[in-house]
Amino acid sequence: MFEVDKIRQDFPALSQKVYGKSLIYLDNAATTQKPQVVIDAVNEMNNGINGNIHRGIHYLSSLCTERYEAARETVQHFLHAAKKEEIVLTSGTTAAINLVAFSFGERYIQNGDEILISEAEHHSNIVPWQLLCKRKGAKIKVLPIYKDGGLAVKQLPQYLSPKTKLCCITQMSNVLGIVNPIKEIVSIAHTHQVPVLVDGAQGIVHQDIDVQDIDCDFYVFSGHKLYGPTGTGILYGKEKWLDAMPPYQGGGDMIASVSFEQTTYAELPLKFEAGTANYIGAHGLKTAIDYLNQLGLPAIQVYEQSLLNYALQQLLLIEGLQIYGTATPKSGLVSFNIKGLHPADTAMLLDKMGIAARSGHLCAQPLMQRFGIQSMLRLSFSFYNTKEEIDKAVTALVKARQMLIH
Amino acid sequence: MSIVEKEQAIVAEFELFSDWMDKYEHLIDLGKALPAFDPEHKTEQRLIEGCQSRVWLAAAYDKGLVYFTADSDAIITKGIISLLVRVLSGHTPQEILDAPMDFIHQIGLKENLSPTRANGLLAMIKQMKLYALVFQQQKSTNWQEANTN
Repeated sequence: MFEVDKIRQDFPALSQKVYGKSLIYLDNAATTQKPQVVIDAVNEMNNGINGNIHRGIHYLSSLCTERYEAARETVQHFLHAAKKEEIVLTSGTTAAINLVAFSFGERYIQNGDEILISEAEHHSNIVPWQLLCKRKGAKIKVLPIYKDGGLAVKQLPQYLSPKTKLCCITQMSNVLGIVNPIKEIVSIAHTHQVPVLVDGAQGIVHQDIDVQDIDCDFYVFSGHKLYGPTGTGILYGKEKWLDAMPPYQGGGDMIASVSFEQTTYAELPLKFEAGTANYIGAHGLKTAIDYLNQLGLPAIQVYEQSLLNYALQQLLLIEGLQIYGTATPKSGLVSFNIKGLHPADTAMLLDKMGIAARSGHLCAQPLMQRFGIQSMLRLSFSFYNTKEEIDKAVTALVKARQMLIH
Repeated sequence: MSIVEKEQAIVAEFELFSDWMDKYEHLIDLGKALPAFDPEHKTEQRLIEGCQSRVWLAAAYDKGLVYFTADSDAIITKGIISLLVRVLSGHTPQEILDAPMDFIHQIGLKENLSPTRANGLLAMIKQMKLYALVFQQQKSTNWQEANTN
């Protein structure tokens, strides 16, 4: 039995009122609320356990370094990575993708090369590749999705050519919630000698991840969507790639020795961690992962899936409601439109009823174009949400519909 | 009625509604009452793109006064822009440039004007004032449609 009422007490944000109404937070795909243990962990460090890491020999520096490296190890185990040197701490998914786009791109992408992405990518997994292509004279190719939102994996071999140098695919669409068969995708890409970057920003929150089993070359995610602090994120990269890639940013912490003539770089992973790292955030992220492990990932996933199934069932009872992405497996979130309603209007009314939902292009304009629309409304769930909250959201949607169409 | 008087009238009108939902119900009614643009008038040139909703704005100048018309694909946004049109339309360029536009805050719709909300409303007010500036600098006061490009 998943004791959601008890779990909710771990999250102080959930008990607040907005506009005099109890908050119903259904924008978890954008960011999740933080458990008290994470808030305490960050506060404790800001309150005194603060010394810049790696170079100091004093007590606070050592303690912070220890915590920072412990965070790296926790992430390593969470992802089932072979080595902790393969875990680079970044400020988030976007920063991690940009790092690969720059450093991998610098080393491996040339004029005329191709980078394959999917039609269901977040802007963060499109724009860095476009910038890279512009710099190098390379081209983006787009693996399409079917009408039901499922990725056309069968067509993948046709999209891979000797010019393809990297394939960048989301584990789970932030719009459709559809979970892609990334292990199969990696396997197909590898038979064509194409490495794969997996955008795990949404996937890591709802799925198990074993980077060795999947055999992906890069895996990226954000801490703030995983109940950790904002400004934290992870780049996992196979050692052979990270070793071969030049540094992204220069500065302190990423060097072995510096003279005005020449600099030698630090070993992995510090080569990619220039400047003062967000060690307080890293400790917060470690605490969040420990918290999730304590709750138990299988229990979380079963509960979240039951919430999604319930939400899908209830939403379909609303007249004129169309769900985007009916393919399976689908996880964690649902995006839809209601006939005759603009999602911005609906979201504004929900907001005034205390319900946090997201409307707009959801940072995936190409996907909006695919469905021939401007925007959608999205509800996204966490294990701290309840069926009662979904009922209230559905009631609020019905009320919004009555107000907007009469 | 001066612009300030119009703003005061709107504030008084919204004071009747104590509940948020009533306030939004009223905005929806206002949005529905504002005549829609014909599709051929929803041109790129008139479009103010927001990330949440889209707004179309047109301006005309006749006998020294500026007249605005506007439309949006979202009805609540349309309700709010109908207020902007009501307040600023039919005034001289100088009056429009001097308009305080405080009523948006006073009726509790401030968050709709935040730059991050990006529904085009903030851009719309800027665009309305820009039209006023353009008309002010043109010598003729005869009827003409604005072109700020």
